[in-house]
Amino acid sequence: MHTSTSARTTPATAGGATSNRFRWRVVDIVVAAVLGVAIGLVFWGWNTVGGLWFVAMDGLTPGLGGIAVGIWLIGGVIGGLVIRKPGAALLVELIAAIVSALIGNVWGVTTIFSGLAQGLGAELIFLAFLYLRFTLPVAMLSGAAAGIGAWVLELFLSANIEKSVEFNLIYLGTLIVSGALLAGLVGWLLVRALAATGALSRFAVGREARRDV
Amino acid sequence: MIAPVDVSARHAWLDGVNPVAKVAVVIVLAVPLLVSIDAVSAATAIVLELLCVPLTGLAYATVVKRLLPVVLFAPVAGLSMLLYARPGGTVYGTFLFATISDNSITLAVAVLLRVVALALPIILLFARTDPTELADALAQVAKLPSRFVLGVLAGARTVGLFVDDWRTMGLARRARGLGDRGALRRFFSMAFVLLVFAVRRGTKLATAMEARGFGTDVPRTWARPSRLSARDAVAVGGAVLLMAVALGAAVVTGAFRVVGT
Amino acid sequence: MAAPARVDVEGWGWRYAGRKLPATRDVDLTIEAGERVLLLGASGAGKSTLLAGLAGLLGGSDEGERTGRILVDGRFPEDQRGRIGLVLQDPEAGIVLSKVGDDVAFGCENLGVPAAEIPGRVAEAVASVGLTVPLDRPTKALSGGQKQRLALAGVLAMRPGLLLLDEPTANLDPDGVAEVRAAVEHVVRTDGTTLVLIEHRTDVWADLMTRVVVLAPGGGVLADGPPAQVFAEYGDALAAAGVWVPGRPVDLPMLAPLAAPDAVLSARSLSIGREKRVVVASGLDVAVPRGAGTVVTGPNGAGKSTLALTLAGLLPELSGEVVAADGLAARGVRRPSRWRSTELLTRIGTVFQEPEHQFLASTLRDELAVGPRALRMPAAQVDAIVDELLQRLDLAPLALANPFTLSGGQKRRLSVATVLAASPEVIVLDEPTFGQDRRGWSELVALLQREIARGRTVIAVTHDADVVRHLGQHRVVLGGAA
Repeated sequence: MHTSTSARTTPATAGGATSNRFRWRVVDIVVAAVLGVAIGLVFWGWNTVGGLWFVAMDGLTPGLGGIAVGIWLIGGVIGGLVIRKPGAALLVELIAAIVSALIGNVWGVTTIFSGLAQGLGAELIFLAFLYLRFTLPVAMLSGAAAGIGAWVLELFLSANIEKSVEFNLIYLGTLIVSGALLAGLVGWLLVRALAATGALSRFAVGREARRDV
Repeated sequence: MIAPVDVSARHAWLDGVNPVAKVAVVIVLAVPLLVSIDAVSAATAIVLELLCVPLTGLAYATVVKRLLPVVLFAPVAGLSMLLYARPGGTVYGTFLFATISDNSITLAVAVLLRVVALALPIILLFARTDPTELADALAQVAKLPSRFVLGVLAGARTVGLFVDDWRTMGLARRARGLGDRGALRRFFSMAFVLLVFAVRRGTKLATAMEARGFGTDVPRTWARPSRLSARDAVAVGGAVLLMAVALGAAVVTGAFRVVGT
Repeated sequence: MAAPARVDVEGWGWRYAGRKLPATRDVDLTIEAGERVLLLGASGAGKSTLLAGLAGLLGGSDEGERTGRILVDGRFPEDQRGRIGLVLQDPEAGIVLSKVGDDVAFGCENLGVPAAEIPGRVAEAVASVGLTVPLDRPTKALSGGQKQRLALAGVLAMRPGLLLLDEPTANLDPDGVAEVRAAVEHVVRTDGTTLVLIEHRTDVWADLMTRVVVLAPGGGVLADGPPAQVFAEYGDALAAAGVWVPGRPVDLPMLAPLAAPDAVLSARSLSIGREKRVVVASGLDVAVPRGAGTVVTGPNGAGKSTLALTLAGLLPELSGEVVAADGLAARGVRRPSRWRSTELLTRIGTVFQEPEHQFLASTLRDELAVGPRALRMPAAQVDAIVDELLQRLDLAPLALANPFTLSGGQKRRLSVATVLAASPEVIVLDEPTFGQDRRGWSELVALLQREIARGRTVIAVTHDADVVRHLGQHRVVLGGAA
């Protein structure tokens, strides 16, 4: 008995029509999730090493704790470079933050706010370039912008606004540098290495890597 | 329901709350605390939340265990505030950029307690939530786009399947002469390979999902309906009440202090 | 059940974006409703691409360029989701949700099937593939064969008219293969669904198929007709292309049994396991003869891989000791599990079931150089070793490619080559012929026979009866599951 629908007609795509550059494909969503979760695990791991640094430095020096923060900003950079669609940087960083919070870390729910602010910072840079440029400088800028996002958030979250101006300025400086290097540069290199293995063949960055070989 | 309920799990009150309501509760228990930076509101929130632990179905021991890293780390946040807050009241000492004063001590204690109060809700509410249930709720109740919610759920699941691969890769590196030194390099190289595996499998999974009709504009039906009930209103209402008491206590004792003043 | 679909492929070709050459082209084919087609061809002939095209899953114009067209029942496949079902090779990649019942229902939900109908469809689909597990069983607890049947059930719940299977049993052990074969047979005989199948193990599937289509590497269809006819006419060409042709066994010698073997590795009353307290097998007495081929066989769960890894010094013995011959001792120590990593490297090499678990570098040259460099050999010597191996194993053109981009057979050859780079006396291989087509299989077995002739000891864990025949001068048989 052929009841109801086994197959509904989807709007005709005539076997391969041009797709909107900004529409997320299923593979974009799934791989964003995979990257987000994997990076979330990295965050959770870095919570120890980077956390230790932050502990040592933030407690004793004004704002130098920010040097280690870059790794926690890498989700946005990688999301933007791989997926290259609106919201990718934000989504990957957010998923990574949620995973890190769910596994359990010291900052709890506020990790998710950080993820939002940091992802948004990175996203704004990719937006500024109209999602057309994904070079190393763009990656480093988005890493730095993610750092600025974190800084703004922490004025309220960690109540940094109550701390001295020197602290806040030094912290801003270290966040920008750390974001550009540990998130921007490292993120860019990681995406290139991943593309070289052929795992990203369904993405533009994977196809670019092929041409280089 | 497609699957019969697993009767063996102890059924706690909170298990019957819709995951979207749980998300709302977590937000309610966190955001208001960010408005004020004082020790009383944070401490009251912590105490009241700990009193609610029986509702969550978790043992106190589990909660304490999960809270431990937070409690150990919280003093750091406090220390930073202690040394670098803007000076106020009696000044007890200075060193380079650091100044310890009455103001910084008050703020330090407040921040320390606040860190714990912000970490507690997620531990209490999401330790026992099934991810599929959460995804169903987010798509059906919160009306988030189902493509994204389910796509993220499916992708997130694939990453958790690689434990055996990790162990085998460790053995493989010993076999190739790299097992003696360089634990850090090994760690990164293994992590990278796992990332390759995960992205590849995610890509194949996306194809399989599309083959099963996922991602089209056809309106989806749900085999596992997710609905809101009275219990959800009670949970959210309870959270609002808890926050009101915590902040109220701060106002009454005069400790209430908006961030930035 | 839904009516079986008819497929028309008209001058179809596809070129993936970023590549110069098309994956396939000029394919002209008509498949009538209810036919069961076996799709064959050399690697790279575009079989998987054709299947993906039949399913309408190749993506839009940003992912590639299409010529010609494919019609299923006169309409484009992209517009008929749910009418065409696809099962892929990797059992893990076909599972979407974490509970069995939820996963089977997934397709129905996507198609907008009313919620009240879904449980019925799920029960029907699960019964038709013979998957008798409770619906709340976690999907990750299923065996390989069960996972593939689950994927098939998920597809059947959508009531498709066309069933596409892309090497569904390639990653399964013999039990899993049998289970999936039985499930598919039941489905096509009951519902008469049109079937297109890609498989290397033609002997398992040939009698179920009504037709064989062979794709030519340059494009177009090489052969098309009933199985018996195609195998008779094109048997040689197919065998050369790597297809297992029924009735055409591999042409390799059987090794002579041994005269008076002395043991290079031995163990008495050995207990093995992966974790400290969990014993997988115990009371084992093993003596591996020097310069010969030993095969380890036994049912699933018997501990074959565990034994191999323990003999290789990678897993510690739970009780009893694995002892190496005097000549192999390092610093006077004769237990491989006590050797340092660099000592192990030159004495016992291990080739893992999944070659990618061993890969470390970003080019083949560097990959082969890892072992020699770990031994601190001078650069000139390292290069000499690498060049010799690249030639010997026919990998020279790929010297600068990334190991992860290789084909299955090439990856396997590479992992064997990396082991040979350090010239160990003993090589341990875990399921070396897993998922290999005929060519990869024969090259590998021939290579191992040559190494044995040179005096190396080879230990292979295997399910494959042909491997046992061709390499098994000494056999270790493990008992049933603990």
